Amino acid sequence: MTKGQIVAGCLAPHPPHLVYAANPPQNEAYSEGGWETLRWGYNRLARKLKDIDYDAIVIFTPHWQTYIGTHFLGLPQFKSKSVDPVFPNLFRFNYDLKVDVELSELMHDAAAEAGIITKMMRNPDFRVDYGTITSCHLLNPEWDKPIVTISSNRNTHYYSPEVMVEQASALGRACAKAIQESGKRVVLVASHSLSHRHFVEEAPLPEDMSREHIYNHSQYVWDMKIIEMMREGKSREVIDIMPEFTEQTIAETEGGGLIWMLAAMGFPNFPAEIYGYQSVIGTGNVVACWDPNDETREYVL
Amino acid sequence: MTNEPEILFGIYCPPHPHPLLSPDANEGYAKLRAGFDECRRRIEESEADLILVYSTTWPSIIGHQIQALENAVWTHVDDDFHYLGSMPYEFKIDTEFAHAFKEANEKRGLESRTVEYEGFPIDTGSVVALSLLNPENRIPSCIVSSNMYANRSETIVLGKAVRDTLATQGKKAVIVVVASLSNRMFTEHIDPADDRIHSRKDDDWNQKILEFFADGRLEDLSQLSRDIHGQIRVQKVVAYKPAWFMAASMGQHNNYDGEVLAYEALNGSGGAVITLTPSSGSVGDKEFDEDDVEYYQGDRNVLDKGMLE
Ligand SMILES: [Fe+2]
Repeated sequence: MTKGQIVAGCLAPHPPHLVYAANPPQNEAYSEGGWETLRWGYNRLARKLKDIDYDAIVIFTPHWQTYIGTHFLGLPQFKSKSVDPVFPNLFRFNYDLKVDVELSELMHDAAAEAGIITKMMRNPDFRVDYGTITSCHLLNPEWDKPIVTISSNRNTHYYSPEVMVEQASALGRACAKAIQESGKRVVLVASHSLSHRHFVEEAPLPEDMSREHIYNHSQYVWDMKIIEMMREGKSREVIDIMPEFTEQTIAETEGGGLIWMLAAMGFPNFPAEIYGYQSVIGTGNVVACWDPNDETREYVL
Repeated sequence: MTNEPEILFGIYCPPHPHPLLSPDANEGYAKLRAGFDECRRRIEESEADLILVYSTTWPSIIGHQIQALENAVWTHVDDDFHYLGSMPYEFKIDTEFAHAFKEANEKRGLESRTVEYEGFPIDTGSVVALSLLNPENRIPSCIVSSNMYANRSETIVLGKAVRDTLATQGKKAVIVVVASLSNRMFTEHIDPADDRIHSRKDDDWNQKILEFFADGRLEDLSQLSRDIHGQIRVQKVVAYKPAWFMAASMGQHNNYDGEVLAYEALNGSGGAVITLTPSSGSVGDKEFDEDDVEYYQGDRNVLDKGMLE
């Protein structure tokens, strides 16, 4: 069997606003649009993924929060309605998705072997979190690939951002090993924003773009610093600075997704493709991709 | 502002699903369950028109959200404890209260909104509390979120808006606050037989808090909230808010009959079922340091002050 490999790693933010703005038939809410900079960037990345041959998407989400270890989806299909607990006015999405249980179990086992506390999630009534659904929908609106969701263990809160770097890196290495052994071609997705301070009020028309801006300039400057390092291929440095970034901007990197993904990819020193940056209700969001293939890697923006 | 509302009693109870889904897995879970059952009996025997739940496991961002779907039906599964089973629920919500509560919040300067959507994910803490305390939906209920950015002033004002609403509608209420005491859990899966409070320090603090509750010193606990947050709360949110909400909604004083029905570990966290009933006579007032607040004026933008012109 040929060795499996990670064919791309995507940083894919999941404000439900982006799905809401696109009006897919699965979502019950209706919008007049909004947040095009991010959505058009997502569209372009989704087109790129169409040209990549892959078997499954593995996504790490901060909206499946587990305190006792890292959990993996462990049933072949989930079908239900996801309603965002914070923005239910925007996101009530009917989903029907397939899970690559074999790959999920391999990653679970590899993580357990590496000493990480793990659990397979096999309750059929479980609702898949809206982070998974938003990022996967925007990267693959056809939903024609199986996914695996990995939960976010709450290391940052329980211990510190530094412990999160250690734990998520170990998990990334274990997942990479399992992917290699699986013989599968896999797209990794870290589902989260960068700076993460929200406005606590919403415009009467949430998609009114005259009201949208970053929460404050400090958040913006930090986000730009991180993106600049991504562009320069300094992924190890991004992780080194991450504890401070997370604390200063209450960034959603606290969930560990980007650390996990970059560790799984061996902390790439090639440039990340940048597809767009925009604020959503004050938070900072970038769509980015690490393409390990020198032939297909692009300078997008 | 309005007449005094009638709060029959308050309940402080834990959010984790063990007392609902696996009460017999250890003696402690069974004791917590018995505590819930006792509260259920007391609610049934009371003349309550409404059960209002403030849940620390329902975080919100856009102000405080209030459940307003008349018939909230779903099957809930906990993120961590999914292997203990599913929690099907059907709750009868007092929509009239929900909408009036939202307006009362706004009158006091708070951002607030009702949520009225089929399939809205009601949080584990609320599902556990309402399933055990009001299984037959004998009494209409309502649930309010805990804003993740809110601190003391918003939470105190939120509690006062509850009083405004109850007084205006002339409803007798039971206030239910869903929260752990110490909230640090073991980060590995444990045999329920081995469950205990995560650390001696957490247990010491929990015992102290329980003494205050047993003495009916709710306002003292409210005043101690910042210390409690620093000592025994994992820093997930900006503050420990349950005692603020409970005091502000039930009355900011120490004149309560307190009863600790159970105190046990839930995967390491401190779970307690406690009741507080308004009474006469005050025990051990301390000197209150925290300012009282009637209206929320918004964030104080300290960065805008003292800038060089
Ligand atoms: Fe998020």
